[in-house]
Amino acid sequence: MTTGILLQIVQTLIAISLAPLFMGWVNQCRAWLQGRSAPPVTQPYRTLKKLFNKDAVVARNASPLFRFAPYLIFACMALAAGIVPTIANDLPFSPAADVIALVGIFALARAFQALAAMDIGTAFGTLGARREMLVSFLAEPALLMVFFNASFISHSTQLPVIVAALAHREFAIYPSMAFAAVAFWMVSTAENARIPVDNPTTHLELTMIHEAMILEYSARHLALIEWAVALKLFTYSALGIALFIPWGIAPRGDLTALPLAILVLVVKLAAGGALLSLLEAISAKLRLFRAPEFLGTAFLLAVLGMLIHFLLEV
Amino acid sequence: MPLAYHLQFINLLAALLLLIAFAMLSQRRIVGLVTLFAWQGAALSLATAIVAWSTGQHHLYYSAGLTLVLKVMVMPWFFYRLVKRLDVNREVEPMINIPTTMLIGIALVIFAFNLAMPISQMAGTVMRSTLGIAMACVLLSFLMMITRSKAITQVIGFMAMENGLFFAATSATYGMPLVVEMGVALDVMIALFVLGIMSFQIRESFDSMDLKHMESLKER
Amino acid sequence: MTNLLTSLDPVDWAWAGILYWLGLGFAALFLQRSRSLLTNLVFPLGALGALFIAGVGVAGLLAPVSTSVLPIGLPDLPFHLRLDALSAFFLLLLGGAAFGVTVYAIGYFRHMEAGPLAVLTLWYHLFLAGMAGVMLADDAYAFMVCWEVMALSSYFLVTTDHDIPDIRSAGFLYLLIAHVGAVSLLLCFGVLQGGHGNYTFGYMRGAALTPFWASAAYLLALFGFGAKAGLVPMHVWLPEAHPAAPSPVSALMSGVMLKTAIYGLLRVTFDLLNIQLAWWGALALALGLVTALYGVIFAAVQSDMKRLLAWSSIENIGIILAAFGLTLIFYTDGKGALAALTLTALLYHSINHAFFKGLLFVSTGTVLHATGTRLMGQMGGLIRIMPWTAWLTLIGVLAIAGIPPLNGFVSEWLLLQAFLLTPGLTQPYLNMVIPVAAAAVAMAAALAAYVMVKFFGVIFLGQPRDPALLHAHEASWPQRLGMVWLAAGCVLLGLFPTQVITWIAPVVRLITNQRLVNDGNWLLLAPVSAERASYAPLIFLVVVLVVLLLTFIWVRRTYHGRLRRSDPWDCGYPEQDARMQDSAQGFGQPIRHIFVSFMRVERETPDPFDRQPQYHGATLDKLWFVLYEPIARLTNWLSAQAGRLQHGHIQWYLTYSFMTLIFLLVFVTR
Repeated sequence: MTTGILLQIVQTLIAISLAPLFMGWVNQCRAWLQGRSAPPVTQPYRTLKKLFNKDAVVARNASPLFRFAPYLIFACMALAAGIVPTIANDLPFSPAADVIALVGIFALARAFQALAAMDIGTAFGTLGARREMLVSFLAEPALLMVFFNASFISHSTQLPVIVAALAHREFAIYPSMAFAAVAFWMVSTAENARIPVDNPTTHLELTMIHEAMILEYSARHLALIEWAVALKLFTYSALGIALFIPWGIAPRGDLTALPLAILVLVVKLAAGGALLSLLEAISAKLRLFRAPEFLGTAFLLAVLGMLIHFLLEV
Repeated sequence: MPLAYHLQFINLLAALLLLIAFAMLSQRRIVGLVTLFAWQGAALSLATAIVAWSTGQHHLYYSAGLTLVLKVMVMPWFFYRLVKRLDVNREVEPMINIPTTMLIGIALVIFAFNLAMPISQMAGTVMRSTLGIAMACVLLSFLMMITRSKAITQVIGFMAMENGLFFAATSATYGMPLVVEMGVALDVMIALFVLGIMSFQIRESFDSMDLKHMESLKER
Repeated sequence: MTNLLTSLDPVDWAWAGILYWLGLGFAALFLQRSRSLLTNLVFPLGALGALFIAGVGVAGLLAPVSTSVLPIGLPDLPFHLRLDALSAFFLLLLGGAAFGVTVYAIGYFRHMEAGPLAVLTLWYHLFLAGMAGVMLADDAYAFMVCWEVMALSSYFLVTTDHDIPDIRSAGFLYLLIAHVGAVSLLLCFGVLQGGHGNYTFGYMRGAALTPFWASAAYLLALFGFGAKAGLVPMHVWLPEAHPAAPSPVSALMSGVMLKTAIYGLLRVTFDLLNIQLAWWGALALALGLVTALYGVIFAAVQSDMKRLLAWSSIENIGIILAAFGLTLIFYTDGKGALAALTLTALLYHSINHAFFKGLLFVSTGTVLHATGTRLMGQMGGLIRIMPWTAWLTLIGVLAIAGIPPLNGFVSEWLLLQAFLLTPGLTQPYLNMVIPVAAAAVAMAAALAAYVMVKFFGVIFLGQPRDPALLHAHEASWPQRLGMVWLAAGCVLLGLFPTQVITWIAPVVRLITNQRLVNDGNWLLLAPVSAERASYAPLIFLVVVLVVLLLTFIWVRRTYHGRLRRSDPWDCGYPEQDARMQDSAQGFGQPIRHIFVSFMRVERETPDPFDRQPQYHGATLDKLWFVLYEPIARLTNWLSAQAGRLQHGHIQWYLTYSFMTLIFLLVFVTR
């Protein structure tokens, strides 16, 4: 139990500290693929440091909710990172929150993000909030359905049990998971504000979603939000790894597998980040009203995965 | 007990067929449609080859090869040329909007799966559970033909339907006799050319590929 | 004296509580002169009564079934009362929500004139008594009397402001549909008693109906209770009537009255009918999902805050009904344990909805008092003027959006778990349709979050869209107290699910003969097995708070807490004002764009050269035009035909009577 708690804390701290690095790696890959010279991989850390040292500028009419939201969002993402098995499968906290609760954590963070964006009352903030909620009302159920696919196979909604079922049992191909994987990629682009749904580098009012919501933030608040964004991307990648390529995560009670697990994680994340940026590089940003269609497709694919499960895997 | 790996792989390919069928439903561009069609043919051909290998039914190798040549190479090439010559590769809105089409598609899949369940229990083949997918593919292709208005999309839908039928035959009875398959392939080829020629004729007569214009042919 | 007290069963206490409410209501008529006595005495006493009823509910959950016969009503037709676990649970729900709302009402009605207030007080307490009576009735006669008392008193409450024509017509629509529903219930009881003329529920339980007649009774009940609950397509009265009523009444109608329909449906289907069929469940599931999605889509496009909440009530009723359908499917399939899980989710969501919808409705009351309008497009920035209301409302908003660790999430979690357990049903079609149903529930929940962000964001956040808002005032102390009670309910129901489930367990045992096993401990909710799924909201909350605190301390310690205030960034366009924020309509626009095929959008855009431009836009329910208007036209046509018989000459009327007499005589003697 003690080792479990220790592992839990270590794992969460690894996620928190590695997340900006992962973000830097994805940005670097993307720059290469676009034929630009890339910023160093540690650039996000420098940005964070710079932001933390600045004086915060807050609008005159900002309510306490506005200043409270970044801390809450960061806490939610840290919590989410703690639930997903990254290196070890022994997470004492995971019974407290299963995958449905994980979706709930993301919803909590998103709700506060959107509310904080509306708090100042500029046209941009509300626009961003509205678009974010629009994207999420399809992305959230689609994510839930992706988890349901995994749950039908493993008969559990707890991530450690799912990982144990998928990785540590006899190998089997699950066609339903192929559908889920495609749906998951589509959802994660939307949830992480990446192309084709949103563009993380844009400041063009016609297209921006996530950036519009955080326009009013500065300094430490902005730093926390940026960090939370990196953490969210990391968590999603870890989720994708845990669901679709879970081999290598140390099983419960096997501490000797840990060093290998860390190595495997790094390799998988590097490959995953490269793949993510490749997919981004070859797709075009969708018009805003194509986004619901895109996500609706993800939603239906995940549902289709469940139907396939009933036909082929029961 | 999990299935043998080659069977799992066939199941995966079957699922892929269905995935492609859905992708075709949601595809707006004709070139994209042709590419998807080629991929569907490839998946089908691979699945047939694996069935042939696992069951020792040698005539299925020929079917797989025939599929590969016809549906992955010849027909897509022909379609690409046609699209280029007719210059019809634009985004077109289908008659029913895409989310609705997809919802109908889901309903069709549920229907097909349940329809196939009793039949597949009678079939004695190793891959009988994929029969439902084959039927779903047929129905989805039919749906695609209904919702599109361009002549070429109709032809592609027709071909995709044939893919589904072929897969159904393989999964229920290890394919039809080779003679029948050759005959069907020939038929499909001829149909393809006839339809291709017809597309040119349609365009010459109406200055458009839109089948809605054919409504003006009816007697008043 | 002590002997008498101990010999009383919970059911006796319950009807004593009802009599107490009736007494309070009629006493109010004698206090027409004194407003302060009405608000400061009668309403607090009424609130105590609610607390008492809640206590009776708890006692009823623990005690065995108790019955009582009251010698009132017609000769030979006494009122049969019965308090079992199901009734007790709903009494608890009624008492719990009504206490908060009534405490709130003390402050809310303070500014009303004494005369109308006295009448309103009467109807208010009659309404409470009627709802409690419905839950206690044990024969069709008593049930229908209480049902009508509930319907009529709520009608008079809805039409409190009867000098406004819109409110009059809303009330009329409500009355009409309530009575169509009541007729259907009457017929349902007629079928249930099986032609023997005995209308006690005890007799109906024993009556053996054929599947045909049982289905007829079920369909009649579904229609009748559905009309009360706001099931699509019988929902049209709900978005009209609920906003028209004074806010505490809206809170009770949405939070509690809709649940009496759920109670009735459970009572008839599982208790009074001796057989249940699987297709009933499938029908209820489908209707429930349609209702949920329809409700939430329309909630997203509303710009009147109370109407938005009314549509959201339709959504929640849809989810409850979907859970009901799923319970029925599991029950008829012989999967008792799963039926128990689903039923738990249903009851849990019912009580959750009573609390958060009650909270949100009363908070709109405060906003309405403070701003004088129900249109969200004229609000904004109220969090800075009325922080108590805003932060308490935020709890309700997060709860209804199904966000952990509040209560809405728990019931949705339970329901989704039930959906995940469907593989293994004997019906292959159902096996495959149910995951699709789960997807629909998930989507309704996600859309609810959209609606609630809009609700809270447009009303409480941003800049005031109307300068008059700066003179708005905060809620009075009784109002705050009522809201705190309801918000505390949302939090506690969310944080202690295992305890709540033990309260629900007797009801589940009564209906499904099963116990829902909690595989976890007092902290950990694990309804099936701990391996399968578990959730511990308290740990969840504590960890979030700890991480939050650590982050805060770390940021402040390592760096600094310097802060500068300035104007918001204006994007280089200094002419911005508060009216450029998204209005309520603007916020709902994407949803309108996507789901336009269910709506009828009416818009008048002004001419560009218009000196005084006027914009008007409304998003209307298409069902009203395709279903209700034809019915109304047909009715009008039929009555016009019947109207031809009217001539005004007495001779003609005498002739009609004479002809009827002759006809009947011929008919009888044949």
